[in-house]
Amino acid sequence: MRSNVISSLKVFWGFKMDFELSNEQQLLKDSVSRLIADNYDLQKRGAIIKSADGYSKTVWKQLADLGLLGLSFSSNYGGFDGGPVEQMIILEAFGTGLLIEPYLATIVLSGTAIQSAADENKKSELLSAISNGDHLMAFAHSERLSRYQLSQVETRAQLKNGNWILNGEKTTVLHGGIADTIIVTARTKGSDRSTDGISLFLVPAKTKGITINSYPTIDGMQAADIKLSNVSVPQNALLGECDKGFLIIENIEQHGIAAVAAESVGAMQCVLDMTVDYLKTRTQFGRPIGDFQVLQHRAADMYVAVEEARSIAIYAAMMTTEKDTEKRRHAMATTKAQIGISCREVGQGGVQLHGGIGITEEYAIGHYFKRLSMIERQFGDVEHHMTTLSMMDSPD
Amino acid sequence: MELAFSSEEIVFRDEIRAFIAEKLPESARKNGGRWPHWSKEDVVTWQRILNEKGWAVPHWPVEYGGTNWTAVQRYIFIEELLRTPTPEPLSFNVNMVGPVICTFGNDGQKKYFLPKLRNLDIWFCQGFSEPGAGSDLASLKTSAVKDGDEYVVNGQKIWTSQAHNADWIFALVRTNPNAAKPQMGISFLLIDMKSEGVTVRGIETIDESRHVNEVFFDNVRVPLSNIVGEENKGWDYAKFLLGNERTGIARVGLSRERLGRAKKLAAKLPSFNGPLADDPQFKRKCATVEMQLKSLEITIMRIIDRQRRRNDSTPDPATSMLKLRGAEIQQTTAELLADVAGPMVAPTGQIRAAYEGDFPAELEETLGIIPHYFNSRAATIYGGSNEIQRNIISKGILGL
Repeated sequence: MRSNVISSLKVFWGFKMDFELSNEQQLLKDSVSRLIADNYDLQKRGAIIKSADGYSKTVWKQLADLGLLGLSFSSNYGGFDGGPVEQMIILEAFGTGLLIEPYLATIVLSGTAIQSAADENKKSELLSAISNGDHLMAFAHSERLSRYQLSQVETRAQLKNGNWILNGEKTTVLHGGIADTIIVTARTKGSDRSTDGISLFLVPAKTKGITINSYPTIDGMQAADIKLSNVSVPQNALLGECDKGFLIIENIEQHGIAAVAAESVGAMQCVLDMTVDYLKTRTQFGRPIGDFQVLQHRAADMYVAVEEARSIAIYAAMMTTEKDTEKRRHAMATTKAQIGISCREVGQGGVQLHGGIGITEEYAIGHYFKRLSMIERQFGDVEHHMTTLSMMDSPD
Repeated sequence: MELAFSSEEIVFRDEIRAFIAEKLPESARKNGGRWPHWSKEDVVTWQRILNEKGWAVPHWPVEYGGTNWTAVQRYIFIEELLRTPTPEPLSFNVNMVGPVICTFGNDGQKKYFLPKLRNLDIWFCQGFSEPGAGSDLASLKTSAVKDGDEYVVNGQKIWTSQAHNADWIFALVRTNPNAAKPQMGISFLLIDMKSEGVTVRGIETIDESRHVNEVFFDNVRVPLSNIVGEENKGWDYAKFLLGNERTGIARVGLSRERLGRAKKLAAKLPSFNGPLADDPQFKRKCATVEMQLKSLEITIMRIIDRQRRRNDSTPDPATSMLKLRGAEIQQTTAELLADVAGPMVAPTGQIRAAYEGDFPAELEETLGIIPHYFNSRAATIYGGSNEIQRNIISKGILGL
């Protein structure tokens, strides 16, 4: 499988224009889709949300057994050398089922951090541990006053007697309550907004001085507020170079953007399909409401928004490994702006065209709307990224 | 799209750029930034230059002068022309009637017309819309009645672009008024504009230009041999024509060219603190258009890729999305340019005369802007209005 995945990636990667999935990629898509279809109807998902941990150990194990958790990691560390396209396939399928497992937190965000910044020992230890499903991780970066400014870090880390001492508070840390290891960003020098002087630390969740307040989020996920009071970790807990963590954080966010872009495409396609079905079956004035042109046109606009999102999610996948930092920044801001616009158009349109039942907890559309609304605000919203783009020169 | 184009395609693009830089005549280059755009002579000269190079009709079958380029190369080619900008190869010839004759015409028609279409020895216009048949095209009434070895054509076409420049018209005419469905009684007829009984009357438009006309047919006698394909099958050919080479329909290059011009002009004009080009609101508008164009470009590439795979000449309803968004963005960029120019858009073209031959050349820059803006309103009307495109999406794709 491995070599085929690589060859299909080469085809994708612009040596030749090709948007078709390879046989292996199609198989991957089918197997993930089947897993989601079997395990994630609304009822089962609801039960998982209500469970103690807020995720399903069974599903997580299945994902690990299918090789999906380690798919994009290097085979040197027990992965399968999959690339951005494979990642996109998985996440799109997750989006169709509104998957609430800690994939984004553990695999995408923390996995990216480890891959891009950890030394060889930590890579082989942690990447294989998260790939086989034994180990969960979270990325603790957001703070109450940081909003979308990646360099706003008030949490402090100081080196004292050969140990790093961490103090501060992180908020809405995705799946922070179930993580075994938390990657904490902290300021090692400079002022609260400076890009220079931020560092990353690997902190075992059980370390003394950590208080974790875990709660469900509005879209069925889990998050935690994490307080660090004189948390002491050894010197080698530092992930990457001291003070130079900003580029790593940015890279983590960019992978997050590509991931939620793909996820949102899966979710949006579901919203569109459900909405079109509803337009065909719901009758008023003696005919299916889909006969009314004003509703047809809104559905057509939703379709265009989904296709634009799909295009930009592919673009994002292609650009995650772009070497030129500025080009990559521009591409990711472009992606997230478009995704945000599409999420809103499709989510709101789906609810509107469903009428009253669109806003009920019982019916699926509202749950998709919730997730799409959260994706809009994850890793920067439309306004944030449009402002970013306004301040940059277009590479085109 | 650097990432998506292969290195060979980049080389290809550079070859196109170099060719344009070398061969585009000075007059066409100058008129590209003026309004009205290009003279008939500019269009004819440029198409002949392309034809000499073998590039006039890239998407035609090779035996009729096509290039065997990939769909991506064809896309790159047309986008480079738009982006420069150069006059476009006359769409009526190369995108519309040409492919129809290539596909459905008889040998005599192919032999006579195709070389002349390529070289623009014959300038065609399109006779589709009528006063009573716009979006509902199939309700057209212009009739062609057989009389010996000729049709006798009576009726009226409207919005006929370039009819005043045209040598020939390809027209949809009703040959069977009693067909079960209106679509089934229509034929595709080639008519010499010099025929007796053809009258062209120009329609003044709000953009100080002449594009569109009314064309009247009063007992015009047309040889039976001028019908393309089979009688009463014209609707199928028209659908083929509209579905042909739709990926260029978004005209991304044109929007990029306008956006570039808006930025250049904004750099010369003031805002509150420094040039308008540095104004956050202005930059935000530009960034929004660039984001939209990026999504659109990748969508175009996806559709090109899928069409290659489908290997099917029936229209892909997804191209409606390209027309829809492409036209909207064309309008946004025309609007942006007009907003940048602000009050300087007021003068009409008569300002040139008012200066009595002493007209400052730099004023040309803003002169075409507002006509352009008015003209751009037609982008969401012609070739199937945006409302029609939404109908096609909802019926053809969503099944509503």
